[in-house]
Amino acid sequence: MTGPGTLGQEAMPSGSRRSRLLGGPYTGSRGVIVSIISTIFVLGLAGLLIVNAPGWEDFKAFFFDPEVFASSWPKVLQAFLVNVRMFLVAEFFVLICGLLLAIMRGLPGPVFTPFRGFAIIYVDVFRGLPAILVVYVLGFGIPGLGIEGVPTDEFFWGVLSLVLLYSAYVSEVYRAGIDSVHPSQEAAARSLGLTRFQALRFVVVPQAVRRVIPPLLNDFIGLQKDTALVGLLGLVEAFRRADIEAAAAFNFTPYVATAILFLLLTIPLSRFVDWLVARDRRRQMAGAR
Amino acid sequence: MTATPAPAALIGASGRKLGGEALRIEGLHKSFGRLEVLRGIDLVVAEHEVVCLIGASGSGKSTLLRCVNLLEPIDAGRVVVEGQEITASGTDVDRIRRRIGIVFQAYNLFPHMSVLDNVTLAPRKVLKLDKAAARTLAMDLLERFGLTEKAEQYPDRLSGGQQQRVAIVRALAMKPDLLLLDEITSALDPELVAEVLDVIRELAESGMTMIIATHEMGFARDIADRVCFLDAGQILEEGPPVAIFGDPREERTRQFLDRVIQAGRMAGGSSG
Repeated sequence: MTGPGTLGQEAMPSGSRRSRLLGGPYTGSRGVIVSIISTIFVLGLAGLLIVNAPGWEDFKAFFFDPEVFASSWPKVLQAFLVNVRMFLVAEFFVLICGLLLAIMRGLPGPVFTPFRGFAIIYVDVFRGLPAILVVYVLGFGIPGLGIEGVPTDEFFWGVLSLVLLYSAYVSEVYRAGIDSVHPSQEAAARSLGLTRFQALRFVVVPQAVRRVIPPLLNDFIGLQKDTALVGLLGLVEAFRRADIEAAAAFNFTPYVATAILFLLLTIPLSRFVDWLVARDRRRQMAGAR
Repeated sequence: MTATPAPAALIGASGRKLGGEALRIEGLHKSFGRLEVLRGIDLVVAEHEVVCLIGASGSGKSTLLRCVNLLEPIDAGRVVVEGQEITASGTDVDRIRRRIGIVFQAYNLFPHMSVLDNVTLAPRKVLKLDKAAARTLAMDLLERFGLTEKAEQYPDRLSGGQQQRVAIVRALAMKPDLLLLDEITSALDPELVAEVLDVIRELAESGMTMIIATHEMGFARDIADRVCFLDAGQILEEGPPVAIFGDPREERTRQFLDRVIQAGRMAGGSSG
């Protein structure tokens, strides 16, 4: 049995010892060399496995044909601008509708029961439905009714479907953010004479939004990817264009081009938001404006 | 126990001149679920009067203050501020709260705003002052309490004492008729308590009407015109500090003060 003295010594390792125990980042040059060697080894092994697979040559020809890539890239890129427009418009409305739903759900008192009820049912329904069904029903169904004055444009119905769907997700994110702001903040604001709405607007929501930026971004990456679903309505966006190109060339390389385009958009956005969060934290820590 | 009417133009125990009736509380009851926290509170506070509420944790001090500021709905009784019954149905509670400031134990500053924005928010949005006027008002107050250099900083860069002084400034920026202080030094490190209590002393001298829930008995003895001992949701005993601290009538008051003295909370505040 180990005595308390030795246990105490064991529990207090030196700095480097502790980082090794916890797997913390190495800062010395030896650490850099080890991580480079390890990375090359693992990637090399994985690469060898794939290149030596029996179907590698066929796979390469079907998915990574340089000529098909070069010819399809400008067309897919052109169509991708439609995706960009779709999610820019959709994101704008999702941010507003999501917040309204979250606020509606948090309204206190019996007078607001119908609003709360609406918000709850709305979120339950639209979070529960597969996105593709909503796109189909709205995109094919409603224009099919043939009502005078109702738009038949795929862009309109596609964006509307995305707004309806993602508002439900985003409202839950907002709600978690609003709930995470301690009630004493609202009490402080109300005690100064601010109305309930002013307390929300100036005190609760700004703090809530700051806290939920990372999960909000998660939903936006999802939204950006789901713009591809609108292609099913016949709108020629990046995925639909890749479909057409792939069929014409009898080659899957246009899909790879589309995948790269989506990544080029979503990865920098992730980094940007990380930077925003870090900057916000730094500012508050430094006490500077 | 009935409320004693506030005598007009009297001199308080602190030597300050008291004015007319600022606040009247009658038969105030408040329950949280089945727990009855306030069981019939009667209290009248005169203008410029400083009333200290003492009593054990859970005796209802904080709840009483929150009820006066209408942060908690009351179950029975009435609260009258300068002749207006604020607990009457149909009262514009936002308008009432402008006139009653409250400072909380945990400061409750807005962490996403600079000190200056914390102070100017309500004057700008509630009193509709323009930005420059609100800024002037805030900077004057911050200067008065030695916080000028902190104006652009965010609350989490400030010490607890500084944060609490900012919270007091924030409440004062609304020019309240009545200031409620809810154990404002309880969350502070001992060495930071004095700077906050000094601010309160200055406010008392300038004639601010205050109700102070506190555990700082030495401070209460120095500053109060009247001390109320709360026990189980009732004001068991009230009187000038000399009477309450020197020769309490009630056995419960005596026991409470004995416990406080043993805990060493009696000294301290009297030094400033």
